[in-house]
Amino acid sequence: MTKQGVEPDSFSQPFWDAANEKRLVIQSCVDCDILQHPPTDTCRDCDSDALEWKQVSGRGKIYNYGVVHDCPVRLLQQDQPFNLAVIMLDEDPGIQMYSHLPGVPVDDVPVGAAVEVIFEPSANGQLVPEWRVIDE
Amino acid sequence: MSTPTAPDAIYRNDEGLGIWEHRGKVAAVGVGHAPTSRRWDGRPETCVGAITIDALRKAIDDAGVAPNQIDGLVVVPVTTTGAFWEQGKPLPMDVIQSFNQTDDPLDGVAKLSAEWLLANMPELTNVQFTMYGPGCMSNALNVTAQAVGDGLTHTCLVVKSWHNFEGRYYQGGANAGDAIPGTPAITQLWGGPASYSTALQFAEYCRKYGKNHEMMAPFMENSRRNGLMFPEGYWAQHRPEKLLPEDYLASRWIAKPANLFDNDIPIMMSGAYLFSTSERAQDMKQKPVYILNHASSNTRPRSLLPTLDEVEADTARTARKIYEGAGITADDLSFENMYDGFSLFHQFHLEGLGYRGIKFGEALDFYQTDISIEGPNPVSPSGGNVGSGRSRVWMHTDCIQQLQGRAGPRQVTGVKPEVGVSGGPMPLGGNFTVWSASPD
Ligand SMILES: [Zn+2]
Repeated sequence: MTKQGVEPDSFSQPFWDAANEKRLVIQSCVDCDILQHPPTDTCRDCDSDALEWKQVSGRGKIYNYGVVHDCPVRLLQQDQPFNLAVIMLDEDPGIQMYSHLPGVPVDDVPVGAAVEVIFEPSANGQLVPEWRVIDE
Repeated sequence: MSTPTAPDAIYRNDEGLGIWEHRGKVAAVGVGHAPTSRRWDGRPETCVGAITIDALRKAIDDAGVAPNQIDGLVVVPVTTTGAFWEQGKPLPMDVIQSFNQTDDPLDGVAKLSAEWLLANMPELTNVQFTMYGPGCMSNALNVTAQAVGDGLTHTCLVVKSWHNFEGRYYQGGANAGDAIPGTPAITQLWGGPASYSTALQFAEYCRKYGKNHEMMAPFMENSRRNGLMFPEGYWAQHRPEKLLPEDYLASRWIAKPANLFDNDIPIMMSGAYLFSTSERAQDMKQKPVYILNHASSNTRPRSLLPTLDEVEADTARTARKIYEGAGITADDLSFENMYDGFSLFHQFHLEGLGYRGIKFGEALDFYQTDISIEGPNPVSPSGGNVGSGRSRVWMHTDCIQQLQGRAGPRQVTGVKPEVGVSGGPMPLGGNFTVWSASPD
């Protein structure tokens, strides 16, 4: 399934540039050394604006999922129903990322399974982080 | 006069604040509801501004107060159900010109300012205090209770309204485009519908506690039943249909495990209340319902979605705040009217409260017992959004009416209505009110 294209803005440019280099970066606070996602202007814990993008391993686990039958995004509607899972990063299980879990049958999702990041082209060619199930 | 948004200090967000300093000294008296409809039909007399005026006037009349006695107005300025006036779409000038306008032409059509309401309610000659409670009636109620308690206003109206336009909600704008800006794209490319987050919490709940979606059916049936006894509500007014378990379970998925009925139906509505000091309330037309406490949660999840652990920690924390400030325990609750739109999180609120002693993981079993208004353990006697459509208001109206003894066919009969609690919206982040038939 093809996601909407992405038009990086100045805030998100490093995230999307890294994705085009097939690297996953997550925002991290310089002062308290904690990851946060989604990224924001200041650290959610200490309010610091000293934030950097940290490359992570791209390994995680499937934490949970639902099956989307009625999607508000027009481009995705032709692919309904589809899995929409939440991945938790091995580096920090408090950090979650979404995934359509390419290759996993609809509503047959191995919760808890190990996954690794892959990068898929969106409608305008921007690579987007996705996740695939791996054998551990 | 320009209206400020309520400052953070007005909310009771923290544990350990002790008994609310105005416990029992603030009362709700009057209730007003405008007729509901599924969508706006484009007429001036049914626009969101017009129905709001209707609800406010009914609340004033219900309380038996002269309009010039009213010195406060708390408004929720956002009225959208998810439907926005599309950019570039011609403005409905005939509607706009039917009212006294503010600087914003969509004021009264797709949003509400206190200034617009005052400009169109000339009878409110004495309003000195206005404030916005953002989001929901639950929030605005906290603002109103604290403002009356603090003496910023002695007789105060509070109102929440919703507009709903043609078209399927949330499907316009960025969701219809071929590309979206990079910052929202980081979380929005995957296309989860509004109920997705709640659906996931429910899925985790079912896995952890060995429950399933079918176990929601008695709650849904009971809520619709109560809603059909709510003459102010959408289903009672327009579609008086029961929600039988087989119909509920056969409905289509939106974000499995959330189905169509687990998502509340967006409607046009307006609900208003008249609050005053308990002292002044004694001379009004209806029996005062005393506010024992208000409490809030502004907890944010660590990442994209609240986990079940985060939900349970916060609903328990919220309950401690609710009980502490009101000086009550779970045993004092005659009934509960916690939020239900989405239906799949009502059990989180119930379990956090420890309503009737239920613990985490037990609410769906509790749903299989007698939760009716006739029984000893009424669950959502208002019927909530499930029973009357998307408003986040029914739960509060029901608390007031139950404690005044004028909930009509919905009146609880298995318990003596003495103390109720309502509020929401989400298990993480919400505003709650404790209501009582007595000030003590
Ligand atoms: Zn920090």
